[in-house]
Amino acid sequence: MTDMSYAPTRTQSPTTKLVLRFILYILLGVFALFYLMPLFVMITTSLKSLDEIRTGDLVSLPREVTFDAWRTAWSGACTGIQCEGVRPYFLNSLLIAIPAVLISTIIGALNGYVVAQWKFKGANIFFALLLFGCFIPFQVVLLPMAIVLGKLGISGTIPGLIFVHVIYGLGFTTLFFRNYYVSIPSELTKAAKVDGAGFFRIFWSIFLPLSLPIIVVSVIWQFTQIWNDFLFGVSFSQAGTQPVTVALNNIVNSTTGVKEYNVDMAAAIIAALPTLLVYVVAGKYFIRGLTAGSVKG
Amino acid sequence: MTRWLQDNMPKIVLAPSFIAVMVFVYGFIGWTAWVSLTRSRLMPRYELDSFIQYERLADSPRFETAMVNLAIFGTLFIVIAMVLGLLLAILLDQKIRTEGAIRTIYLYPMALSMIVTGTAWKWILNPELGIEATVKGWGFANFEFNWLVDQDMAIYTVVLAAVWQSSGFVMALFLAGLRSVDEEIIKAAQVDGIPTWRVYSAIIIPSMAPIFLSAFIVLAHLAIKAFDLVIALTGGGPGYATDLPATYMYAMAFSRGDIGQAASSAMVMMLVVFTIVVPYLYSELRTKND
Repeated sequence: MTDMSYAPTRTQSPTTKLVLRFILYILLGVFALFYLMPLFVMITTSLKSLDEIRTGDLVSLPREVTFDAWRTAWSGACTGIQCEGVRPYFLNSLLIAIPAVLISTIIGALNGYVVAQWKFKGANIFFALLLFGCFIPFQVVLLPMAIVLGKLGISGTIPGLIFVHVIYGLGFTTLFFRNYYVSIPSELTKAAKVDGAGFFRIFWSIFLPLSLPIIVVSVIWQFTQIWNDFLFGVSFSQAGTQPVTVALNNIVNSTTGVKEYNVDMAAAIIAALPTLLVYVVAGKYFIRGLTAGSVKG
Repeated sequence: MTRWLQDNMPKIVLAPSFIAVMVFVYGFIGWTAWVSLTRSRLMPRYELDSFIQYERLADSPRFETAMVNLAIFGTLFIVIAMVLGLLLAILLDQKIRTEGAIRTIYLYPMALSMIVTGTAWKWILNPELGIEATVKGWGFANFEFNWLVDQDMAIYTVVLAAVWQSSGFVMALFLAGLRSVDEEIIKAAQVDGIPTWRVYSAIIIPSMAPIFLSAFIVLAHLAIKAFDLVIALTGGGPGYATDLPATYMYAMAFSRGDIGQAASSAMVMMLVVFTIVVPYLYSELRTKND
């Protein structure tokens, strides 16, 4: 509780105030270092040669900057028997994430539109069922999903992974759009109906134009989830269709040859770059997705 | 016909998702529940055979370790992430000029994959070349920090990495909560000369109870699902010292070929989530409908 008294109150003298401010900034700085340290270590390690890694220490800057590890990580590192780097798997992740994000967002938008604006008996039950689906531990669906993907003939394929991500992404995308559309007055829909506009026409010309912020939230949320997914990726892929997270894990844990820590770190940064970029560019929406997905029910 | 289509369009649009949810969520849960009551091994079998799989779980020292680990990891992770998140939120709430930048720094780990986080911390914590070697190199020859490869301590490295990843998110939640407290009340309290820490402990924090609950739900949920982090950081090792129910289930399903054990351990996970989430969802939905 003492930490909380660092804030200035009216009764403090200017000097105490100054000292408290100073301590406050020091504390904030120490925590910032804690969060930045792993990223810093990753970057510097990826720029060092193996020799330097073996002799040097974790937090020192590279004496000689080399991009060899990045080249190897991108196109030469071994994930088991294949040694093509993370490039093909990076591509796989894109091929999985882009369609899955778009499809789940479109369906989520329509679902949310129905649940929020076209209430019918049972719509709320549907929403509750869907919402609960967001919380299940996916382990509980892994085995039957493996069987069904096999029956559908898409097991171990990229369309199979897209399918899985769309299905289990629907809960959140519907939630986002439902919570957004619920705040739009239903008189709008009613008036449009009186004017003879149909279901899709109202969606297309009234709701969609208002939806840009929530589309961004949904796209960012889904992209982050799918890009960072490991469980589905490792369960439902095979050699050649693995997403980048699975490839990264294989590179780090591959036991053949010398352990190349710099390559591991470069590969990890490459795997992290797309979501980091999204976060830096659209952090506001990223946070909104996080909080919308947890605070609102 | 078009009239009928027009009238039923909302239902038609919802139907595919409804079917998908019923099959791929509830149907699948049902399948797993059923198979958890059979003697399935390499292939699923469908003749029910009482609670044999759950008895095997109860007898398995490995699963016991996994459950104990979940309790240790879950408790520490939730408590530390909450305390740290709240502390950071309060520190950031003091009209900091560089707030935006600092918030970005605290929160960016949330954008990373757990596999990336695990890889980074595995490198930092490895005794040969990581922190231990570095501190030794600074002249502290007796410094030891080998939790990652220590049977009894490895689970705490998972806590460390998980807290690093998620505490910024808790901070963001709490910060939003702090900002939503009525400023008039705070000002009135300050005019009355009530010290700031009392304003926080008696007015602001109690009013954020719903946010504590949300943060708890999200963190508990993350803890139960924690899988990738363990795989990347410790691989469940040394031995199976850092196994969690999620990694146990995966090992049974995909490397041990023991579908019965995989299904029953998944059901146990489901049950844990259920007991935490259902009361929450129920209260949320009820207040929404009122």
